[in-house]
Amino acid sequence: MATAEIPYQETVPLHHPKTWLGKWVFSQDHKVIAVQYGITAMAVGLVALVLSQLMRIQLAWPDAMPWFGPDEYLSAITMHGMIMVIYLLTAFLLGAFGNFCVPLMCGARDMVFPFVNMLSYWVYLVSVIVLLAVYPLMLFTDVQPTGAGWTLYPPQTITAGTPGADWGIVLMLASLAIFIVAFTMGGLNYITTILQARTRGMTLMRMPLTVWGIFIATFLGLIAFPALFVSAVMMLLDRLIGTSFFMPAIVSLGQKLSYSGGQPLLFQHLFWFFGHPEVYIVALPAFGVVSDLISVHARKNIFGYRMMVWAIVAIGVLSLIVWAHHMYVAGMHPYFGFFFATTTLIIAVPTAIKVYNWTLTLWRANIKLTVPMLFALAFVLTFIMGGITGLFLGNVIIDIPLSDTYFVVAHFHMVMGVSPILAIFGGIYHWYPKLTGRMLNDTVGKWHFYITFIGTYVIYFPMHYLGFVGVPRRYYETALGEVYPDFYPASAHDLNVFITCAALVVGAAQILFIYNLVHSFFWGRKAGANPWGANSLEWRTPDTPPSHGNWGEQLPSVHRWAYDYGVPGEETDHIPQDVPRRAAS
Amino acid sequence: MTEATVPNQESVFTSTARDWSSDITTFKGVPWGKAMMWIFLVSDTFIFTCFLVSYMTVRMTVTDPWPNPSEVFALAIPHELFGWQFLEAPIPVPLLLIAIMTFILISSSGTMAMAVNMGYQRNKKGVIWLMLATAAFGASFVGMQAFEWYKLIVEEGIRPWGNSMGAAQFGSFFFMVTGFHGLHVSAGVIYLVIVALRVGLGHYDKTNFEIVEITGLYWHFVDLVWVFIFALFYLW
Repeated sequence: MATAEIPYQETVPLHHPKTWLGKWVFSQDHKVIAVQYGITAMAVGLVALVLSQLMRIQLAWPDAMPWFGPDEYLSAITMHGMIMVIYLLTAFLLGAFGNFCVPLMCGARDMVFPFVNMLSYWVYLVSVIVLLAVYPLMLFTDVQPTGAGWTLYPPQTITAGTPGADWGIVLMLASLAIFIVAFTMGGLNYITTILQARTRGMTLMRMPLTVWGIFIATFLGLIAFPALFVSAVMMLLDRLIGTSFFMPAIVSLGQKLSYSGGQPLLFQHLFWFFGHPEVYIVALPAFGVVSDLISVHARKNIFGYRMMVWAIVAIGVLSLIVWAHHMYVAGMHPYFGFFFATTTLIIAVPTAIKVYNWTLTLWRANIKLTVPMLFALAFVLTFIMGGITGLFLGNVIIDIPLSDTYFVVAHFHMVMGVSPILAIFGGIYHWYPKLTGRMLNDTVGKWHFYITFIGTYVIYFPMHYLGFVGVPRRYYETALGEVYPDFYPASAHDLNVFITCAALVVGAAQILFIYNLVHSFFWGRKAGANPWGANSLEWRTPDTPPSHGNWGEQLPSVHRWAYDYGVPGEETDHIPQDVPRRAAS
Repeated sequence: MTEATVPNQESVFTSTARDWSSDITTFKGVPWGKAMMWIFLVSDTFIFTCFLVSYMTVRMTVTDPWPNPSEVFALAIPHELFGWQFLEAPIPVPLLLIAIMTFILISSSGTMAMAVNMGYQRNKKGVIWLMLATAAFGASFVGMQAFEWYKLIVEEGIRPWGNSMGAAQFGSFFFMVTGFHGLHVSAGVIYLVIVALRVGLGHYDKTNFEIVEITGLYWHFVDLVWVFIFALFYLW
């Protein structure tokens, strides 16, 4: 398949930085940027983790933390959601995995515009600082983090009574707008690299599924984030200079506000035109990572590679026309609900193809239960769980009674919280040896896995029941059983205590993971170039960890797909992508 | 006889399929920067689409009457200039200023296209002068937009949060969307000047002048967006 075309990267020399600062801090090397993204995302993720623990403690033992009132609870919910969805998951899956995997797996020396790529990280860091600036400000001023919920629905978001309606929301919206600038700079790089900077023989249909997932997810991001950007700008104007884009005439605290004539529903449409593709911006890279992990560690080619690719593409396209299934109770026209329910349920088809193909890859495979494989398998299980409850919520008639209950919380935490996090953990355990040259500790990794996986099931599975009995989400206090016995059954509160105990254990178990990352970096077992016996190009670099420019003198040539495991009649159980095909005899 | 019998004549489907199934590059002969600019413009299209769809939504649902664009945006032809009176009284002409602005911006697309053509021919002088002419057209557009804003804000008292003629959203959307577009034009002017200077300094002598075409893509996009803004704000 190799053509006479010469990869452009072979004709231009890389500029190697000379100073320590240029090599490790203001680095234009995609691998360093990936680590910077990863560490920042994990750090901000820890903030979200602490917030979730505070919320769980409040729900189980309402009097335990007198300083954690309703305002703080609502702020914690908002920050937790926004951090997890955008600053952790999007940033980690696209910023860290995207940066690390795309050039290595495509056989490129770096991203096409390394300087823009570097700027992407630093602008992302600014957005994180703006987001978290609210906490130090809280100590010295009366600024509060916004408590509008991560969906930021107007009019309540900027109306007095919602925590942070004055300045917290301004910081949040500014941070989102900055994040979108950062994402755009990175995303343009990922897409251009995948389309225009592959190596010899690397056709689109030979790319590992990780790259496919990142590719389509980035494209979705570039299409969907503008809607969030626009709604953030408009809400900032509503808040700061008193326009009425989203604000109808409204009476607040006995006063008629100066707003009139705006459209709150418009915000919901804009937000969910971003918000639903966002689910797949997070899920598609996770799909890709898990596909590769399962294939490598089951020593078998991925079942139905082409269908896997087209399923990713189909999910990407469909995800753009389902957004209003988040708005069934918002008062839109019932025919809209009919349309959006239909498109939503259609997404189940390509998604089911993916799940079946994972299962069929495992069928009669030589499964190695390594830590990354355990996480990948756990991903499939939690994803099925969350995906099936998604079918419930996609139907208007079932969604309406379940709306705004813990059933929804359970659904999206399963499908969008736990699953991608498990995929991220799996990916870290899988690629850490290539990134650092050392293995992560297996025993600690397994403890981390079992506690996290079983723990998250224990947390979120009972929440479905809470939803069925009608416990509303986002309520500060559910321990009202004794005061209002008709409102919640006492069992609901007992269940909340149980969930909180599990959540505390899972939260604490993440210390194992961080310990493992740090300890193995210095004292881990040497990994060698290809500890898992994997085929894709990142395991074929001349140096481990790969040096700047990745490939030494010449780019690798690709001769086959990334999934030649256990090919009958071959001597080795895996044939890397850059091994030439034998001449036909 | 017919074209189909000519050997090696591929259909566009065949060549597209071949390019997409090939290695190294998907868009053959397209430099990285040009591919990146196209993808960026797709993203930017969605930003403007969201702005304009929001505008249409609110305009259709707002209860206050919408100000009449023909009156708001009218410009009077003066009846005298420098003491020389040539008309009996000023004649208000609807959309006069905006027609001139649109004409200038569309003309700038013409000079930009000519600059790209000069770039293909490696005619440095032509590239520089035509790009600077494009930048001058762009700058005069922004200048006239500033004049238009001045007229609306100071003379007619329209503010983003309200006006005396009807729905407050008229001013909100007008200033936000034309402002956002004006920022794009201003950024484009700076971009054009920088590229023209770098061409003059010989930065691209050893490679090629693809940067001119990339700048042109952005500039034509900004012009195209203006057509939609013009239609939706001034003609609706």
